[in-house]
Amino acid sequence: MANDAINPYLGPVSPIFGRLTWDWIPYHEPILIGTFAGVALGGLVVLALMTKFRLWGPLWRDWVTTVDHKKIGIMYMVLGFIMFVRGFADAIMMRAQQALAAGGAEGYLPPHHFDQVFTAHGVIMIFFVAMAFITGIMNFVMPTQIGARDVAFPFLNNFSFWMTVAGALLVNISLFIGEFARVGWLAFPPLSGKDFSPGPGVDYYIWALQIAGVGTTLSGINMITTIFKMRAPGMKLFDMPVFTWTTLCANFLIVAAFPVLTATLALLTLDRYVGTHFFTNDLGGNPMMYINLIWIWGHPEVYILILPIFGVFAEIAQTFSGKPLFGYKTMVWATISIMILSFLVWLHHFFTMGSGANVNTFFGIATMIIAVPTGVKVFNWLFTMYKGHVRFEVPMMWTIAFIITFTIGGMSGVMLAIPPVDFQLHNTLFLVAHFHNVAIGGVVFGVYAAVAFWWPKAFGFKLDDRWGHRSFWLWVIGFYLAFMPLYALGLMGATRRVNAYLDIGWQIYFVVAAVGVVFILAGILCGFYGMFYSVMHRKELACGPDPWNARTLDWATSSPPAPYNFPQTIHVRGLDEFWRMKKEGFKWSTHYQPIHMPHYTAAGVLLAAASLVFGFAMVWWMWWLAALSFVAILVIAIGHTFNYNRDYYIPAEEVAEIEAKGAAA
Amino acid sequence: MSVTQTTSLGGAHSPAHEEHHHESPTPIGFWIYLMSDCIIFGTLFATYAVLGYSYAGGPSPKDLFEPGFVLIETALLLISSVTFGVAMLRASAGQLGSTVNWLIVTGLFGAGFIAMEIYEFNHLIHIGAGPDRSAFLSAFFALVGTHGLHVTFGLVWLITLTVQLKIHGLNEANMRRMGTLSMFWHFLDLIWIGVFSFVYLVRII
Amino acid sequence: MKLPKFLLMLPVAVLLAGCQYDVLVPTGWVGAQQRDLLLISVLLMLIVIIPVMVMVVYFPWKYRATRKDNSDYEPDFSHSTKIEVFVWGVPILIILALGTYTYIYTHRLDPYRPLDHVSFNEEPLQIEAVSLDWKWLFIYPQYGVATVNEIKMPVGRQVEFRLTSSTVMNTFVVPKLGGMIYSMTGMQTKLHLVADEPGVFAGRSAHYSGPGFSGMSFNATALGTPGDEAGNDALFNDWIEEVRAQGTDLTDEAFLQLEKPSMADPARPSVPMPVTYYRTVSDNLFDRIAGMCVEPGKVCMSEMMMQDRAGGGGEAGLGDKHRYEYDSERAVDGFGNAMPPQAAPFAPARHGAAGHDHVSAVETEGHTNGQ
Repeated sequence: MANDAINPYLGPVSPIFGRLTWDWIPYHEPILIGTFAGVALGGLVVLALMTKFRLWGPLWRDWVTTVDHKKIGIMYMVLGFIMFVRGFADAIMMRAQQALAAGGAEGYLPPHHFDQVFTAHGVIMIFFVAMAFITGIMNFVMPTQIGARDVAFPFLNNFSFWMTVAGALLVNISLFIGEFARVGWLAFPPLSGKDFSPGPGVDYYIWALQIAGVGTTLSGINMITTIFKMRAPGMKLFDMPVFTWTTLCANFLIVAAFPVLTATLALLTLDRYVGTHFFTNDLGGNPMMYINLIWIWGHPEVYILILPIFGVFAEIAQTFSGKPLFGYKTMVWATISIMILSFLVWLHHFFTMGSGANVNTFFGIATMIIAVPTGVKVFNWLFTMYKGHVRFEVPMMWTIAFIITFTIGGMSGVMLAIPPVDFQLHNTLFLVAHFHNVAIGGVVFGVYAAVAFWWPKAFGFKLDDRWGHRSFWLWVIGFYLAFMPLYALGLMGATRRVNAYLDIGWQIYFVVAAVGVVFILAGILCGFYGMFYSVMHRKELACGPDPWNARTLDWATSSPPAPYNFPQTIHVRGLDEFWRMKKEGFKWSTHYQPIHMPHYTAAGVLLAAASLVFGFAMVWWMWWLAALSFVAILVIAIGHTFNYNRDYYIPAEEVAEIEAKGAAA
Repeated sequence: MSVTQTTSLGGAHSPAHEEHHHESPTPIGFWIYLMSDCIIFGTLFATYAVLGYSYAGGPSPKDLFEPGFVLIETALLLISSVTFGVAMLRASAGQLGSTVNWLIVTGLFGAGFIAMEIYEFNHLIHIGAGPDRSAFLSAFFALVGTHGLHVTFGLVWLITLTVQLKIHGLNEANMRRMGTLSMFWHFLDLIWIGVFSFVYLVRII
Repeated sequence: MKLPKFLLMLPVAVLLAGCQYDVLVPTGWVGAQQRDLLLISVLLMLIVIIPVMVMVVYFPWKYRATRKDNSDYEPDFSHSTKIEVFVWGVPILIILALGTYTYIYTHRLDPYRPLDHVSFNEEPLQIEAVSLDWKWLFIYPQYGVATVNEIKMPVGRQVEFRLTSSTVMNTFVVPKLGGMIYSMTGMQTKLHLVADEPGVFAGRSAHYSGPGFSGMSFNATALGTPGDEAGNDALFNDWIEEVRAQGTDLTDEAFLQLEKPSMADPARPSVPMPVTYYRTVSDNLFDRIAGMCVEPGKVCMSEMMMQDRAGGGGEAGLGDKHRYEYDSERAVDGFGNAMPPQAAPFAPARHGAAGHDHVSAVETEGHTNGQ
C-alpha cells in the first residue's frame, strides 16, 4: 500500500459490500497491476480461442462435468502446474528480495508484501501444488492398478476436484482484491487472531483451506473405499502394487488428519468472527493448543505428500530395472509403520516451546525411529536396481536424483529431530533447506518422474527425451545451488522469514541461492516446452499401451485408456499380474459385454462455485451474499439427491467399436 | 470372465460370468466419513478438556447448567434414535406408510432437541455468558453447537428423504439412504452421550 | 564425549571460511555441546549415508541395460533375507546409538536446567527478557535496571533467562551462546546460557512476529576474560553503573508506552530499535507483564488461575469481562500501527456488562506509519 493510501484496515463496513472498499484494490501496485493485466489478457485470449474453435461445449461435457477418474486426475495435474507457476513466482520474489536486502538495504518488497509472499508460497505449494499433484496421480493411476472401472464415488471425485479449484481460486483472488495472510503458512495465533491480523488476509487463508479441505477429505474417503471395494476379483491386499498401498496409507492419513485441520481452523474462524477465546492470550485462551493441533494434522500431512511419491518411485524403479521390487512385503510394512508413526511425532515441530526434557526426548526418538522404515525403503529401491537391467529413461533419472537428494534431506531431518540440535537450528534457514530438500527432492522430483512415466498412458505418446533430460539436469543443479547455501546460512544462525537482514556476510549465500532459482526456472521452462514439443510431435512419439515394459495392471489398458479402462474384468492371481499375463501371451477377448458406467453431472462444479462465492462473501463480511450462496449450496445439494438416474450401460457393440479403434491406433 | 485369459497358457480361472458386480460401496464409505467426523468431535472434546476450566472470572458449569433440562434434552434425542430404529424395521418389512410416519416422529423428537438447545444458547447469551465470555464458554458453545449443527443437518436430510420416499417408495437407492441416515443419526446419539457425560454430567456433579 | 577432539573439529575447519558459522563455532558451553551433538549425529549417520551414496551411483551404472555382459541380470531376484536383515539392522543400530545420545544430551541441555558445571561461587545473573512489538526488553532484576535491545554479561557467569512476550510469540536466540526458546504471552519460559569467551554476539527473534520482525535483533556482549571472575564482574558492574547514569525510569506508564508497536525505520525493516537504558524498573514488572496485568484494573494470570481452581467468578463475574481482556487493546493494523479495538462481527451483544469505559482510545499516531 502506498503511503498516501487511506488505511483500508480502518475502513467502514457497508451492508452491501461488507468491508470491501476501493482502498483494498491495489491499483497503485505496479507488480500487481502488471500481473493482473497479464492474467486478464491471457484469460481473454484463451476465451477468444475457445469461442473461435467452439470448445466450450466439449470442455463442459467432456471435462468440467466428467466423473471419469482419469480425466479428473489430469485436471488435478493441470491445476497443480498452474498453481506451481504461481507458487514459484512467489519463490522468485523472495529470493530476489533476500539477495538484495542486506546490511540495512530494504530491497524492493516491504514487509507488508514480503510477508504475504512467503505465506502464499507455503500455502500454495503445500495445499494446491503438492496436494493437487499427488491427488491427481492417485486418481489417474490407482483405479487402473487395481483393475477398476472408476473410483467408488465418481460424483464425489468430481466434486472434490472442483472444491480444490475453488480454494485455489480464492487464494488467487486475494492477489487482486484485498490481501493474503501475513502469518506464515500455518497461521499461528495469537498473530493470526483478529487483533493482530485484522484484515481479510487470514480469512482468505481460512476459507480457501476449508473449502479445499472438504474436497481433500472426501477424496480420501473415496480412495480408501475404492481400494477396499473395487479391486479386481482375486486381488488380495498383498497383491496390490506398492503405489496402491502407499495411496491407501496416504488416504488413511488424510481421513484421520484433515478433520483435525478442519476443526482447528473452524475454531480460529470462531475467534475471528464470533470473538471466542480459543487461541487468544486473554480470557483463558491457549495459543499453544493451536500449535499442537495444527501439527497433529501437519506432521501426517508431510507423509500424505511423500508416501504416494514413495510408491511412484517404487513403480519406476522396478519397471526400469526390469525386475520385481526388492522386498515387496518389507516395503508395505515400512509404509504402514511410517503411517502409524507419523501421528506420534508432532511435537518435534516445537521442541523450543519449553516442554520438559522427557517429552522432548520421547518425540525426538520417535522421530528418529521413522528414519528406520524410510531407510529400509531407500535400500529396497537400491536393491531393486541390483542385478537388474537399468534403463536410464527420464523417470529413472529422477529416481536416482531423488534417492540422493532425499537421503541428504533425511539426514538433516534426523539432525533436527535431536532436541538440543534443534534448539540451534529451529526456525533458521537450515530448517527451510531441510524441508525443501525433502519436499522438492521427494515430491517435486516424484511428480516430474510420474508425469514422464504415465504421460504415454494418459495421451498415447511419450514425452520428448531430450527436453526431459534438459529439464532434469537444470532442476537438479538449480536445486542444489538454491538450497545448499540455505543450510550454510542456517548454521550461521540466519532466521527464516526475514525480509531484510543486517549481516552483509550472508548476502553472497542468498545471491547463490537466487542463481539456483534461475536454474530451476530454466528447468521448469524446459519441462513445459518439452510437453509442448511432444504434443507437436505426437505422431513420432506415439507408443503402444505398454511402452516401458511395465509390470502392473495400469499398463494393461490401451493408451489413452477407454472410459471404462478394461474391456473385460481381469482376474488377478498375484502380485505383478500384468507381467504374468504378458508372459502368458495375453490378449483381450473379442467377446464383449455391456459395461456399467456412471453418468456425468454438473452438480459438483455448481456446488463448488457456490462455495467459492460463500467463501468470498465470508472473507469480506457480505452477509447477504453469504446467506444467499449458502442457500444455493443447500438447494443444489438437495436437488442432486433427487436425481436417481446416475448410471448407464455402454452397449457391447460400442465397446467393440472402441476396442477396434484402439487396436488400430 | 476368464474369456479374457483363455488365451493364456494357464487358463486356470473360473468360467465366464457376467460383468463383475461390486456390492454398493456406500455403507463403508459413509462409515469412513463418520470416523473422520468423529475425529472432528474428538478435537472439540480435547479442546473442551483443555479449556473447560478457564472461566476468566466468569461462571462455571455449576453456575450455568440445569441437570433436569439437559436430561430432558438427552431423552428426546435418545427416543428419536429408538423411533428411527422402528422406522428402519418398518422399511425392511416394506411398509412405506408406517416408515414415513416413524420418520416424522423421529424428526419431531429431533426438532424438540434442537429447540431446547437453541433456547439454552439464547438464554446463556442473554445473561452475558456467550461464547466470547471465557475460553470455557467458547469450548462449550463450539462442541455443543457443532453437535447441534449436525442434528440440524440430519433433520434436513430426514425431511428430504421422507419426500423422496413418498415419491419413489422403498427402492434400492432409498433403502441405502435410509441405512446411511440411520448410521448418521445413531452416531450423533453416541456423540451426544459423550457430550452429556463430559460436558454436563461430570461438571455439574 | 570420548571422540577425539580433532575429529570433531575437522569438518568445522573445512567449512569455515570466516567466523560466520555461529552454530559451529560457539563461544558458550551450551552452544559447544549442541555443536558436538550435531557433529556426532552427522558422523553416526554417515555410516549409512556413505554406502547409500556409493550404491546409488554404482548400482545403476554397474547394471545398466547397455552393459556388454548381461549374464549377471537376475530378472526375478526380489528377496534376500540376508540383505533384509542388514537393511533393517544397520539403521536400527544407528538409531539406538543416536537415541542414547539424544536422551543424555536432551536432559543435560534442558534449557530449564541450571548449568551445573559452572561454578556456583556466585549466583547466576538473572535476565528477564520480554519480546515486544518489535524490540526486546531486558530487565536485570538483581540490579534493578533494564535495557532495550542490549544484553551484557560477564564472561564465565551463568545467565538465567526468564522469558515472556507482550503480544505475539517470538523466539529468543543468541546462536553463539546456544539454545533457543519461545517467548509467549501470559507464560514464562526459561533458558540457561553462559559465555566462555568475550565478544559481541548477534541475538535475534527467530519466530515471525509481524511487520517489524526483521528488526528484532540485538547484541549480546560478554565482558572480560575467561577465568577472571572478579575482573569480569567489575567490568559488568561498571556497565550497570553506566546504565544507571544514562537511563530513565521504567515505570508502569513508561512500559505501557514502550510496549506499543514500533519500528526504528519502517522503510528499513532490518534496522532494530535503538538501545535504551532504564535506571529503575517498576516492582515485579516482569511478573506482571507475564501475568498480563501491568495496566491498572487488570486481573493477573496467576490470580485468574486461582479463581478458576475455586470455581470461577460465578454469574456475578459476568460483567467483569473487561478486567480479563488484553489482546483487543493491543490490536495492530496490517502495517504495524496500533489501532482501536475491533469487535468480531458476530460477537454476541453484551447484556448487563459493566460499561465499556475500559476501551481507552489507543492513539493511532503511528510511529510506524504504513509503507
